[in-house]
Amino acid sequence: MAFSAPTANFTPLNTPFLRSHDNTLVSSLSPSPFFGSTAKLRLSSSPNFNLHRRSGSVVAVSEAVKEKKFKSTRNLLITKEEGLELYEDMVLGRAFEDMCAQMYYRGKMFGFVHLYNGQEAVSTGFIKLLKLQDSVVSTYRDHVHALSKGVPARAVMSELFGKTTGCCRGQGGSMHMFSREHNLLGGFAFIGEGIPVATGAAFTSKYKREVLKEADCDHVTLAFFGDGTCNNGQFFECLNMAALWKLPIVFVVENNLWAIGMSHLRSTSDPQIYKKGPAFGMPGVHVDGMDVLKVREVAKDAIARARRGEGPTLVECETYRFRGHSLADPDELRDPDEKARYAMRDPIAALKKYIIENNLASEAELKAIDKKIDEVVEDAVEFADESPVPPRSQLLENVFADPKGFGIGPDGRYRCEDPKFTQGTAHV
Amino acid sequence: MLAISRQRILGQSFQKIRPAVPGLRSYSSAAKQITVREALNSALDEEMSADPKVFLMGEEVGEYQGAYKITKGLLEKYGPERVLDTPITEAGFTGIGVGAAYYGLKPVVEFMTFNFSMQAIDHIINSAAKSNYMSAGQISVPIVFRGPNGAAAGVGAQHSQCYAAWYASCPGLKVLSPYNSEDARGLLKAAIRDPDPVVFLENELLYGESYPVSDEVLDSSFCLPIGKAKIEREGKDVTITAFSKMVGYALKAAEILEKDGIYAEVINLRSIRPLDRSTINASVRKTNRLITVEEGFPQHGVGAEICASVVEESFAYLDAPVERIAGADVPMPYAANLERMAVPQVEDIVRAAKRACYRSVPLAATA
Repeated sequence: MAFSAPTANFTPLNTPFLRSHDNTLVSSLSPSPFFGSTAKLRLSSSPNFNLHRRSGSVVAVSEAVKEKKFKSTRNLLITKEEGLELYEDMVLGRAFEDMCAQMYYRGKMFGFVHLYNGQEAVSTGFIKLLKLQDSVVSTYRDHVHALSKGVPARAVMSELFGKTTGCCRGQGGSMHMFSREHNLLGGFAFIGEGIPVATGAAFTSKYKREVLKEADCDHVTLAFFGDGTCNNGQFFECLNMAALWKLPIVFVVENNLWAIGMSHLRSTSDPQIYKKGPAFGMPGVHVDGMDVLKVREVAKDAIARARRGEGPTLVECETYRFRGHSLADPDELRDPDEKARYAMRDPIAALKKYIIENNLASEAELKAIDKKIDEVVEDAVEFADESPVPPRSQLLENVFADPKGFGIGPDGRYRCEDPKFTQGTAHV
Repeated sequence: MLAISRQRILGQSFQKIRPAVPGLRSYSSAAKQITVREALNSALDEEMSADPKVFLMGEEVGEYQGAYKITKGLLEKYGPERVLDTPITEAGFTGIGVGAAYYGLKPVVEFMTFNFSMQAIDHIINSAAKSNYMSAGQISVPIVFRGPNGAAAGVGAQHSQCYAAWYASCPGLKVLSPYNSEDARGLLKAAIRDPDPVVFLENELLYGESYPVSDEVLDSSFCLPIGKAKIEREGKDVTITAFSKMVGYALKAAEILEKDGIYAEVINLRSIRPLDRSTINASVRKTNRLITVEEGFPQHGVGAEICASVVEESFAYLDAPVERIAGADVPMPYAANLERMAVPQVEDIVRAAKRACYRSVPLAATA
């Protein structure tokens, strides 16, 4: 498989490199046709990289970062606080998902539940670098994205149980987590559906800065999606527009090699997804998604690039899901050897090893975090258990922001004005 | 559903007279039970072996044996050229299927659920349904789009919509919706043999249910006519029309009503487009009251069309207003108790039938 030893050559994001066509490229990219205006966009004075067209050659960042690590053994990639924060976030994700599986088999959760075990490094590596106002758009495998973004575990668990205290009051479910407060824009069941939505959010950020003149608005959007999505038309349409308009977005591909039972290699003509970035005029980066520190390095560059207004980046994270596609998937098609190989690269174990070897924290501190997370998850389950189910009146609420959409009732007034409207028989 | 095993076909029905099938499983005659899943699988298998131009296309239809195991075993039997696992590109592979149909092949395109067909709806309507018309009969499109439709259990708003009304409003398409195993086998075979685009709406919760079938149904040339509804249960007081899973609910409701002395006639529509208006109208002229049941959204739904048809043709025969039982006019919520409220239940049908028969308090203005 091509992934275990990435071979393409590709210069990492933060080192300057050969730019033989640099000037011509930049000048030929005359001011972006953003909104049809000819106003020049703020280009950085010294762009750290080019918008390659055909000369997009791409090296595995994992190599470059590894070198960087060797060169500067004294300058670790993370401080102690950061290390513990990353560790805690990943352990929360893992413990939460394991608890979800338990609850599902006990019948407290139902429908479609997609677990994120094994991919925690991608979520933690990227989302922990964001501000509260930055947005995250995800797919149905969104529990851990929600947790990393700051949605409380209690709210997520209640939502999964279908209780009224959930983050969407029980109306969304596992696949549709939304949080206005934490700027988590969902939770989409259809793959590829979130990408245009994320591109729109990035567009809004840029619009606010340039048209509405909120000069300090530099919100970035992250779009998470999988390898199967990369064959979908919406993905390509958005790569084009994001690059065309230089939108502050990072497209994060969680390439776990399998789309339910369809192997990435069987369904894709060119399985190296990061190469699709340069085809549209943005850098494409491949990173080892089982190593949270490498992911974080790449994420820092990509997010900074977007914040500076230089446009989108396509990041392909090679990762793996330890469980099946969903809790209903028997997972028979994946080779047990492959699963074993990736289990050895468990991101939590790897980070733990790094922290201990570099004396950032002691084993006892990490165990204390484990214990604390267990309590948080238990508490979340208890809270969810004790929460009430949605009242009958909730069925008709929130269909419209302005509920006059239910029309005018037989008494000549808007139905929504009748206080008994939602108590009534919801028989239409 | 057990109710169907107790159906009696009294006197003449609109179809061939078949021997009554008692529900006791110990009865050793031809009453074999197969699940809807087995029915669909055997129908696909037989049609593929009869005609080499038939091929399957969809996500997870091959190696995964079908997302709901409908296409189990077909990859091993017919090979990867005839059972194609596609990437996740509904618009792409539907378009490819339609193009193949233009040139004489007979694709059966599976949507993992019909909710995903919205990504391909441009091809279903514009490339497939309208082509025969636009080309003045030169290009026919013998394609079948099949997959589960409607609500499952706890899968949320984006996986639970019923598309019967949307597709049935489009000229150029045929829309079928089977209920039991016999329907599934007969209608799918008819759909594959049909030279026009057919939208075949199955139901995920019915896949595992078994129903008795006669030897005639198991024969490989068995086919049901497209456009004819079936009277599942005869009655004289009120007509209940339904399709897919709601037929089971209607039959259960009919059992309950019988105890109160109301004999309901249950019509299994089978074919949403073309709608069997003559059967429905004949039934209404007999009973004078009509309830339509469907799982989808109420506005512009199948029930609305049936009501309009009956009002146009049998107005003088109606003794009570036509009532539509439909899903709630909201996107499907996730919480289990809300979901139960958002989908018609047997009690709703019973209540409506009683209202139509004036056996309970007349209805005040409701939402």
